[in-house]
Amino acid sequence: MGVLEHKFQDNVVVASMDKLIGWARSTSPWFFQFGLACCAIEMMATAASRHDLMRIGMIPRSSPRQADVMIVAGTVTMKMALRVKKLYEQMADPKYVISMGSCATSGGPYWQHGYHVLKGVDIVVHVDVYVPGCPPRPEALIEGLLKLQEKIQAERPLTRKSV
Amino acid sequence: MGVVQGDQMVLNIGPQHPSTHGVLRLQVRTDGEIVSEIKPYIGYLHRCFEKHSENVTYEQVIPFTDRCDYVASMNNNFGYVVTMEELMEIKVPDRVEYIRVIMAELNRIASHLLALGTYGLDVGAFTPFLYMFRDRERILDIFELTCGARLLYNYMWVGGVSHDLPKDFERICIGFLDYFEPKIKEYNDLLTHNKIFLERTADVGVLPPDVAINFGVSGPNLRGSGVNWDVRKDEPYSIYDRFEFEIPLGEGEFGTVGDSFDRYWVRVCEMKESIKIIRQAIKDLPDGDVFQTIPKKIRPPKGSIYRRTESPRGDLGYYIISDGSPIPYRVKMRSPAFTALSSLGEIAEGWMLSDVIAILGSLDIVLGEIDR
Amino acid sequence: MTSTEIKETLDRQFPGSVIENIDLAENQLELKPDQWLEIATFLKNEPGLSFDQLECVTGIDTGEEGPLQSRYNFHSMEHRHKIEVVISLDRNNPKVASIEQVWRVGDWFERETYDMFGIIYEGHRDLRRILCPEDWEGWPLRKDYEPQETYHGIVVPKIKEEEWE
Repeated sequence: MGVLEHKFQDNVVVASMDKLIGWARSTSPWFFQFGLACCAIEMMATAASRHDLMRIGMIPRSSPRQADVMIVAGTVTMKMALRVKKLYEQMADPKYVISMGSCATSGGPYWQHGYHVLKGVDIVVHVDVYVPGCPPRPEALIEGLLKLQEKIQAERPLTRKSV
Repeated sequence: MGVVQGDQMVLNIGPQHPSTHGVLRLQVRTDGEIVSEIKPYIGYLHRCFEKHSENVTYEQVIPFTDRCDYVASMNNNFGYVVTMEELMEIKVPDRVEYIRVIMAELNRIASHLLALGTYGLDVGAFTPFLYMFRDRERILDIFELTCGARLLYNYMWVGGVSHDLPKDFERICIGFLDYFEPKIKEYNDLLTHNKIFLERTADVGVLPPDVAINFGVSGPNLRGSGVNWDVRKDEPYSIYDRFEFEIPLGEGEFGTVGDSFDRYWVRVCEMKESIKIIRQAIKDLPDGDVFQTIPKKIRPPKGSIYRRTESPRGDLGYYIISDGSPIPYRVKMRSPAFTALSSLGEIAEGWMLSDVIAILGSLDIVLGEIDR
Repeated sequence: MTSTEIKETLDRQFPGSVIENIDLAENQLELKPDQWLEIATFLKNEPGLSFDQLECVTGIDTGEEGPLQSRYNFHSMEHRHKIEVVISLDRNNPKVASIEQVWRVGDWFERETYDMFGIIYEGHRDLRRILCPEDWEGWPLRKDYEPQETYHGIVVPKIKEEEWE
């Protein structure tokens, strides 16, 4: 860790428990591939050869139990909204949600006359990071993931929160 | 000792599942591993495309058509503008026609690469997916150079295109085609002649030709069953009658005519034919102004028209009714994947559960187009 | 065969079923909904016509107090000719015979038109909603559609009429 380099011998790290847990949780989050529409193709392109997601530790998992991050990529409709909520509840804690694309953020191009479109997935689940774009470039999605890593590292899971 | 009593189990595949064709739910009734009935449930991506197109102007419908079949959006745009230009009787300059054909065929190659890559992923081969996406990225680079977008272009407008080709487009495009043609042999070595792949796809999910026509199946799925029908040759639109290319048909090389391998093999051969068309188009590309016939305000005459074009999935049809105002009265998109999926219940009964996934992958569906 | 010849063949076989309508184009013909199933079977099986491909089924709402229409596009692979059939239905009781046993593709096309417009296809073996959820209320593509208030606790937004500046 940066603060304490070269102060001790190699292979000895001293840090607070909060920081260690944050570091362990944020690097290598496995994502739950919840590709719904066009943004799913960009998510697949991000995981493929050119912009490799595995180099920052993310592997696609198809079961919600094995995943840490749910990337909601694409438009959520009324028929699908109940299933999104059910799958989110099946994920094990700690879990995070990235809303990818403008459809998942706020309804996207279908905001005006879409009677069947949910105007943003944050109506049914709690969202941590929003990545705008239609569709967002793979580089934008990777920036969203790095921001999520910063957010996880800034959490203080062991500090007692004042009520 | 009694008789072992068997019972049928109802299983739910989806709507979220790793066979990444989108949000599709299959209700499957199985007896052990053998499937006796399949019912597909769709509508999880119904985004009210037809309602939107009744409230925005004709130009504003084009980005919505992009998002229906998001894998091949140039072809979606192409179908819409060809239909509109027939309704309004506009004749576009030759340069526009050649640019449109080049873009549509490049997008056909990109769409088939995605279809074949994910098909390999469905049956368990991870490497072809990475190789095909590597080459698909090069095509998306060409599109980004031309119009600025990677996936959803809004490129073809009624009466023209949105951007002219960049200066060194020919060098880049021919460079890509020279790089890509030997790669098809690489894919054949990886996947097509692979014994495991042949065992999983040959003789699986046979679609007889008369059943295919009755179910409205079209495109590579119909040609895989041996029926010679391609809208580019039989009801030609734009300038497809000026190019020489062949129509690959399924011949039952490794199994029966009309099995999943034939549908896969037709797509591989179509990529080669698209390369031929693009080379001919680039050689004959004329000069000119691409913006001269774009109308300032689109007000088509009253009437209705139905026109179909060839998208990588089959016959894409647009039914447009106009009442003389700048806002359409009714736009209906007839999507080829809709009819292909409706035939799944017929051809996948009696196979095992993993064969159902192989058959579904060979039909190449995109849920955005089915649900609109 | 040209469209006029097809119209004459139909008129000979089923007299009185073709309605003259000057608003339609040359390749469109309007039929009465009475004998639709027999006419459809005739269109498919008659050797001179042999329309074996049903391309598209479109539903249309012709405006306030006007009829609902169901339009069918046919194509023949053998003779390479096309025809479009228009059937007008009463708005308050839209019923027409289903042709899904003749062309199996009609199954899903008719379910979609039922879902969007409320046209009931009699004789269809499994007529239920296909795109909207099963418990959705209303027929979305009709011109006088108002979305419902909530769906399972989620507020269904009203269609906004604001314009961009």
